[in-house]
Amino acid sequence: MQSWIPLVPDSASTFSWQVDALYFYLSGVTLFFTLLISAVLIFFVIRYRRRTPYEIPRPIAGSHKLETLWTIIPFVIAMTMFGWGARVYFEQYKSPTNAIEVYVVGKQWMWKLQHATGQREINQLHVPVGRKIKLIMTSEDVIHDFFVPAFRTKMDVVPGKYTTLWFEATTPGTYRLFCAEYCGMNHSGMIGSIIVMEPREFDNWLSGNTGNTTPAAAGQQLYQTLGCASCHGANGEGGRGPTLAGVFGKTTQLQTGESVPVNEAYIRESILNPQAKIVAGFGPIMPTFQGQISEDQLVQLVAFIKSLPAGGQTQPAAPAASPTPNAK
Amino acid sequence: MRPIEYYEPPVPSKVNYINAQYGLKSWLLTKDHKRIALLYLGSITFFFFIGGLYALMIRLELLTPQGDFLQSATYNKVFTQHGIIMIFFFLIPSIPATLGNFLVPMMIGAKDLAFPRINLLSWYIYLLGGVVTIYALLAGGVDTGWTFYTPFSTTFSNSYVVATGLGIFINGFSSILTGLNFIVTIHTMRAPGMTWFRMPLFIWAHYATSLIMILGTPVIAITILLLAFERISRVGIFDPALGGDPILFQHLFWFYSHPAVYIMILPSMGVISELIANFSRKNIFGYSFVAFSSLAIAVFGFLVWGHHLFVTSQSVYAGMIFSFLSFAVAIPSAIKVFNWTATLYKSSISYDTPMLYALGFIGLFTIGGMTGLFLASLAVDVHLSDTYFVVAHFHYIMVGGALMGYLGGLHYWWPKITGRMYPEGWGRFSALVIFVGFNLTFLPQFVAGYLGMPRRYHAYPPEFQVFNVLSTAGASILGFGMLIPAIYFVWSMRYGKHAESNPWHLPGLEWRTQSPPPTENFEVTPIVTWEAYEFAPAEETQIVGKFGPELEQI
Repeated sequence: MQSWIPLVPDSASTFSWQVDALYFYLSGVTLFFTLLISAVLIFFVIRYRRRTPYEIPRPIAGSHKLETLWTIIPFVIAMTMFGWGARVYFEQYKSPTNAIEVYVVGKQWMWKLQHATGQREINQLHVPVGRKIKLIMTSEDVIHDFFVPAFRTKMDVVPGKYTTLWFEATTPGTYRLFCAEYCGMNHSGMIGSIIVMEPREFDNWLSGNTGNTTPAAAGQQLYQTLGCASCHGANGEGGRGPTLAGVFGKTTQLQTGESVPVNEAYIRESILNPQAKIVAGFGPIMPTFQGQISEDQLVQLVAFIKSLPAGGQTQPAAPAASPTPNAK
Repeated sequence: MRPIEYYEPPVPSKVNYINAQYGLKSWLLTKDHKRIALLYLGSITFFFFIGGLYALMIRLELLTPQGDFLQSATYNKVFTQHGIIMIFFFLIPSIPATLGNFLVPMMIGAKDLAFPRINLLSWYIYLLGGVVTIYALLAGGVDTGWTFYTPFSTTFSNSYVVATGLGIFINGFSSILTGLNFIVTIHTMRAPGMTWFRMPLFIWAHYATSLIMILGTPVIAITILLLAFERISRVGIFDPALGGDPILFQHLFWFYSHPAVYIMILPSMGVISELIANFSRKNIFGYSFVAFSSLAIAVFGFLVWGHHLFVTSQSVYAGMIFSFLSFAVAIPSAIKVFNWTATLYKSSISYDTPMLYALGFIGLFTIGGMTGLFLASLAVDVHLSDTYFVVAHFHYIMVGGALMGYLGGLHYWWPKITGRMYPEGWGRFSALVIFVGFNLTFLPQFVAGYLGMPRRYHAYPPEFQVFNVLSTAGASILGFGMLIPAIYFVWSMRYGKHAESNPWHLPGLEWRTQSPPPTENFEVTPIVTWEAYEFAPAEETQIVGKFGPELEQI
């Protein structure tokens, strides 16, 4: 803590200064108008205090010029705030490519996280500085919210769908992770920490935590045991069911003529509710897996399908390389 | 100089609406809007007291970072019930059902509201809703937050969700009936000469509020029904495990609950317009702008609900539209603040208690409104949503705004309502105490919020303690400040100085009849020949024109 009472939290992501700058602008405008109105009020209240009990001031009807002025000026100022806020927000939601992906499952009252390389964490997340980290999040029960004040970002973690959140940490250190959406009895205990490390330290941390199966590898096993392969092919090359290999990130044509993007949410929905969006040329023959697999397993299946390369060549989903480029 | 002579009843009758009839039955079966206003006044004060006790428990718990005073399960119920009681059973009915009920007919020169029986019915419905809610609280309480977010409320919460929802559902109908009554009354029962643009701005504000009550309240009723339906019958509407959509609930909930904020603040703005004009003896600067800004708020208020959903993974483009509209809805409020301030220019300002509340309102509402812009601004809202910044912001609007207006109005019309004066010195003192206590309670929460303290936390990291200690200290002062008027209002009903018909020397219709008014309000139906807030005697206004020359000519 730098000063006795800090005014802004630690700044540890690329968003921090952007949000702080806008916050200072808003605070400045607020302070200006609050002081202006207070000063004018106080001046009038003293200057025009009632001097004799029965005095009647001359009436003033109003002024269209002034009304126009104090409609337009606040509107213009409000639009600068709108534009600035929207621009930064848009950037926050442009999901980056080439980000390190981490899967997050919230449940009453803990955070379960898993790196693409297999390391699992509870209420803790280790990330390197200078890399974009993308969280793919869902909840097992109620709505939670992944909030890291030092990164100036948060996103609801909603059951039944995937939400994403990304950030790029700039300063090593340990920062608080809060659940910001009220989620029941121990809501205030659903806190954790984000540990931001130098890339080298992070690599050491990753290699010191080997022996985990990656989500994609675990997904491959599930893919076999749940019998997905019998219709979608051993390597997702397709058969009675549509091709899975290489479709992630593209769009697919549905029976209805619509096209939908193939993303985490679509894959998840197709596993749980296969009849919702059927790929053109296929029948509604897939059974639902609702209630048979957990959110963790779903995440693994999604990770496996994402890892399948186009063409359906045999590709062992075994230990993925460490996502950091300079890793051994 | 001598006092201006507005028409006053020549010989005040000893009979008024309070002593016209005696006995419990004469109160419980009354169709007099003034008596119903008093029934409401008693009931909402009772609920305010309960809500205040919950607030006290919250502040005590948060004095230290550890959860030591209450269990987390209890704390969750306490903040939920604080919100539900204060919003649905105090703030929403506060000004409309008491001051509005009493004054809407009097200010437009009517004998009563258009539907006196429906007016009484609305109080009984309110009471029934209140009894059901209190049953739910006593039976075990509810822990969903006043927002009832799904699927926590439909599937996971183990508390009295349906019973509480039923209480709110029932209570909603009292709101709808009050709104309906006001709209019909304002349209059809204005005295001869009381044209739309001669109406006091208090009436315009109530008209706008009534529109929201009628159009918005059914939506919360439907939403609660769906919630109860899912909770009881397990049909999937909101819970994704049953095939529902939890975010759908938030859209429905805020479609009412955001406009509900305007149900709370618009009547208060109406009161402030009265106070500013009457205690500075000046017509409101830009009357029609203030009147139409109320309607603009009512209309735009229905289009901004999505700003509560910026971090729910709502579409980015929807977020931008809602952000834009939220900035737009701030403009009419800004127009009001500027016009109130301009009204004071070259006026004659008295420092009576109601005026102190009005001046306090302008300052606090400015802060409340401006901090709303932080939350309308997308990128900053991402950081601030669900933090104490939000808590501070809406308390500035609801307590600094709505409650200050209510207290100011209550002091202002107290002589008319009860026929007694409140003690002026104590009034000014408590207004100052409340102002200081309020700011000390909620200003630190803006800082705590930006530092990241999430709301609805029973225990919190130690770095936030300093702000919570300040808040709790402020809340103690605020609570003490609230007790003073509670005591002297009750005291004044018996021992206060007798009030004249027109103790403030004002031209409004409600002051042209005796205090307290007779059951039929006016001995003869008044004929209105003057504009709202026309202070100068008629001859003088002729000289300077209808309203006087434009500003720049003076």
